[in-house]
Amino acid sequence: MNLSLLILIPLITAAAVLLMRNKQQVKWVALVGTAIQLALALVLLFAYRNEVASGNTNQFLFQQQYEWFPSWHISFHLGVDGISVVMVLLTSLVVIAGVLVSWNIEKMTKEFYFLLILLSIGAYGFFLSLDLFILFFFLEIAVIPKYLLIGIWGSGKKEYAANKLALMLMGGSALVLVGLLGVYFSSEVRTFDLIKLSHLNIPVNIQMICFPLLFVGFGVFTALFPFHTWVPDGHSSAPTAGSMFLAGISMKLGGYGCLRVATYLMPEGAKQYANIIIVLSTIAILYGAFATMMQKDLKYMNAYSSVSHVGFVLFGIGMLTKTAMTGAVIQMVSHGLMTALFFAVIGMIYERTHTRQVNEMGGLLKVMPFITTLLFIVGLCSLGLPGLSGFVAEITVFMGAWEHPDAFHRIATILACMSIVVTAVYILRAVSRTAMGSVKESFAHITDAKWNERLAAIILIAGILAIGVAPFWINDLIKPGAEIIMQKIMLVP
Amino acid sequence: MLNATYIALIPLLPLAGFLLLGLFGRKYFKNSSGIIATIILLVATVLAIYTAYTYFFEVGKVHGVYQKLIPLKYTWLEFSKGVSIDMGILLDPITCMMLVVITFVSLMVHIYSLAYMKGEERFATYYSFLGLFTFSMLALVISSNIFQIYIFWELVGVSSFLLIGFYYDKPSAVAACKKAFIVTRFADLGFLIGILMLSFYSGTLDFNTLIERLTSPGSTELSTALSSSFLGISALTWAMILVFIGAAGKSAMFPLQIWLPDAMEGPTPVSALIHAATMVVAGVFLVARLFPIFALSAPEALQLVAYVGAISAFLAAIIACTQTDIKRVLAFSTISQIGYMMFALGVSKYGGENGLGYTASMFHLFTHAMFKALLFLGAGSIIHFIHSNEMKDMGGLRKLLPITHITFLVACLAISGIPPFAGFFSKEEILLAAWQQNTIIYWIGLLTSGLTAFYMFRLYFGIFWSKAPSLSDSAHRKHHGEGGFAMMLPLVLLAIGAAAAGFIPFGNFVSSDGKVLESEFHLQLSIAPVTFGLIGIFIAMWLYKKQNDKPDKIAASINGLYKLAWNKFYFDELYIFLTKKIIFNLIAKPAAWFDKNVVDGLINATGNTTQFISKKIKGVQSGKVQQYAAYFLVAAIAIAVLFIYWWK
Repeated sequence: MNLSLLILIPLITAAAVLLMRNKQQVKWVALVGTAIQLALALVLLFAYRNEVASGNTNQFLFQQQYEWFPSWHISFHLGVDGISVVMVLLTSLVVIAGVLVSWNIEKMTKEFYFLLILLSIGAYGFFLSLDLFILFFFLEIAVIPKYLLIGIWGSGKKEYAANKLALMLMGGSALVLVGLLGVYFSSEVRTFDLIKLSHLNIPVNIQMICFPLLFVGFGVFTALFPFHTWVPDGHSSAPTAGSMFLAGISMKLGGYGCLRVATYLMPEGAKQYANIIIVLSTIAILYGAFATMMQKDLKYMNAYSSVSHVGFVLFGIGMLTKTAMTGAVIQMVSHGLMTALFFAVIGMIYERTHTRQVNEMGGLLKVMPFITTLLFIVGLCSLGLPGLSGFVAEITVFMGAWEHPDAFHRIATILACMSIVVTAVYILRAVSRTAMGSVKESFAHITDAKWNERLAAIILIAGILAIGVAPFWINDLIKPGAEIIMQKIMLVP
Repeated sequence: MLNATYIALIPLLPLAGFLLLGLFGRKYFKNSSGIIATIILLVATVLAIYTAYTYFFEVGKVHGVYQKLIPLKYTWLEFSKGVSIDMGILLDPITCMMLVVITFVSLMVHIYSLAYMKGEERFATYYSFLGLFTFSMLALVISSNIFQIYIFWELVGVSSFLLIGFYYDKPSAVAACKKAFIVTRFADLGFLIGILMLSFYSGTLDFNTLIERLTSPGSTELSTALSSSFLGISALTWAMILVFIGAAGKSAMFPLQIWLPDAMEGPTPVSALIHAATMVVAGVFLVARLFPIFALSAPEALQLVAYVGAISAFLAAIIACTQTDIKRVLAFSTISQIGYMMFALGVSKYGGENGLGYTASMFHLFTHAMFKALLFLGAGSIIHFIHSNEMKDMGGLRKLLPITHITFLVACLAISGIPPFAGFFSKEEILLAAWQQNTIIYWIGLLTSGLTAFYMFRLYFGIFWSKAPSLSDSAHRKHHGEGGFAMMLPLVLLAIGAAAAGFIPFGNFVSSDGKVLESEFHLQLSIAPVTFGLIGIFIAMWLYKKQNDKPDKIAASINGLYKLAWNKFYFDELYIFLTKKIIFNLIAKPAAWFDKNVVDGLINATGNTTQFISKKIKGVQSGKVQQYAAYFLVAAIAIAVLFIYWWK
């Protein structure tokens, strides 16, 4: 499997989008491009499984390396393990769904699709890179289009939100850059190569400085408390596909970075700061959930609930057990799919009712059964109903967290568990007010989902069900990756 | 021989029905969905009976002991070595009994709904939800893994939610379905933490291994679980208490009972299936499933089960005496009867003669499923006819609804424990078990059986006797009839069950340790409950057979107590206070405010400060050379001064 294809195809798609003459062509080119990408991601999944089944025990498969800046030891180095494979799959699912729900964008269609696909290039590159410089490069690619997406196609306080989001994320990446340079200069070898760095033991005093820099830097992307406030404003002002990308993919860039770069390269640092991570993420989980209860705007609600759900990613990483870490990655994928679907549904509802306030809706089940059924499904996934992906992720995190017998971890885990009740409260409030009750007269004639919306939803639900009903495949993919990270941590005295 | 495929088909068939009707029902099977679902369930019922028969009479017994067979097991999600969620089938006597009960009652409800729900716009959706529920419930009882049971535990919860909220445009139904889900979710939090604790100490999630490791004396798992303690109670006992909180939530035991009466907002056949016969007894089933651990390793937790059961039985019976909505009376009666099952388990010991409570509890679960489903379906046919749930709108219906009347009477006699109806045998056994182990609970149980008879016959006389039927009702009867064959058949079949189920020698099949339990019949001990029951019936007859003002006078004379019971001991108000005032106003609101003003305020402040400073200093780069020269001069002097005075 040639991994460069995964970056090349969206690049070609983006170029082709720019060359197209009219909106119709732009849309279809984008759809075909992302569909090819989804197919490639599936091929990657099966190729990876075959390779592993045939006894290939390398940590990273399908590696490719091209020299880029030999004098600085920067090379274009790609490779995947199970964790990257599922993240690539997540990205391709969210991207195609995002393209589908944006079908009716009228304003600057070409530019819109171009930016969406540019964003996806950033995400693919980020998940595939084994060279920290390249990884950072792709991370930046994934930030800038968001600013434009919100600033141009957004709604509400869009300038404020776009500024806030871009500045906070830039701040995060500045920290990441400093951390990366620290790592680079720490070793005699001077390398950005992830594999080489993992074999060099970075000096402990460097780790104590660089780990928090990298973790907080990536953490800003993942709504690490108290750097999460770009999430509500950013999501609620972004256009639907923008929110889907933001919550579905970019928040996962941070989680992936925390795991792959910060925790993997600096086990001593991870161990040193693990308790702080746990405290902050427990706060995010519970406090985010309580703050969600008070939201009346559906987008704000899902944004705050994302803070709470993504808290489980950092919580799982901070627990430093193989199971919890596996759970953290499953949660990234699960939350990515779920929240993308949630924002898609909110977008569909908004397009029809022209409101996002739950108090102004009601009885929508009667007029648009398909969309409200989606709302039910995604709500149930959010509150961790078995059979859907959220349950698998949360349970794996809880099981992993409970492996620690001491009181600190126990209390944190019990507090985190309590979120399942709070989540149920706010989800049911929102869903029942939106979907149930008697329908308003002004909504009596709205129509149900169109083909593009249905297709987008079905794609995302397929992912949610594939994890929720048969979680063993994703567990098998992620666990070896988590195990390698854990092995380094276990060696720390 | 037992074929695992057939057993797996029992839950999978309703699942297939759910998917078929859920995805395509609205479009393609608008009218035929009921028949399709019913046929599917008929097949499942036959398979369940076949499975139970094969288990009990052919494969289950080895050397006189019923075994816990695991004919099928797949690893679903592996956490670490030995700790994994499996999807499997565990066959033992209580599983087989539950399979039969669930499929049979569900089948009755499917048939009944053909007529009851006819003309409903979301007919196909209704049947698909029923399929989802039946699937989850069946999968719950065959679970071989404690997490598997949790998974389906949640799924029955959500099917219950969907069915309570079936009439989603009714605000009361919406409120009720939310309440049911959230209260049980809260209880499930306890269950979840209990599972985490059990898995930590036992190193497994598999039921058989779990029970074996935590009950065999001398095993390292058991000794660590018993030696670590918190607040003077062993970790294992805490774990079992937490699991029991989950069970109490699902089974609507005090103080988590508040959701069940409101759950009556769902369609009546649903109440019969979910909120009377099957889902609400899942808590009892869970305690029974883990019974060896409760009895052998965590007796304090079992004590709690006993007292919670007894208190629920008694308080719910008192409340039931005052309610006027017939479905709510039945709901409280359900809580009360489940309380019986709980305390029967609570007073039981493991194995031998002392394990009578376990057998009695399961026996009562079985008979209760028959007569309570019958009562609800009967109530459904009354509501279908009268179009009201209130007792004041009813009266004298015995001539208008003859089949309903007779079957309802059978059920009332059964629940009141009058021989030879089913309830008599199971209740007698429960009281016998209580008498042997715990006298306080025995007296509570005995008193409750009198109250049970009273409120059931208050209902019976109020509906079928009391006043003469109104003329409009009689006219209604002429062209409306009693509901037709589809509604009457389940009533008759269930009535046969409620009348005859007591004669099953239950101890031969179900016992705490799998061996045959020879239950003797104690005539002297059955005198007391029957007498109490008869007294209850006579008081009800005296007060309610003819319309009079005696009930109101009595209610007025014990005004305080009556009001207390009528308001369900103010539990709802207590919960509203806790959620609205404490959680909402004191936690959620401040959290949202803090986030918007403090956390985000700090971020904005950082931005604003930067902007402010840059505004102030942007004049520095003015492009005026004279100004630059002046800055240069000042800076040079400043540096010179610095060098002279500080740098020595």
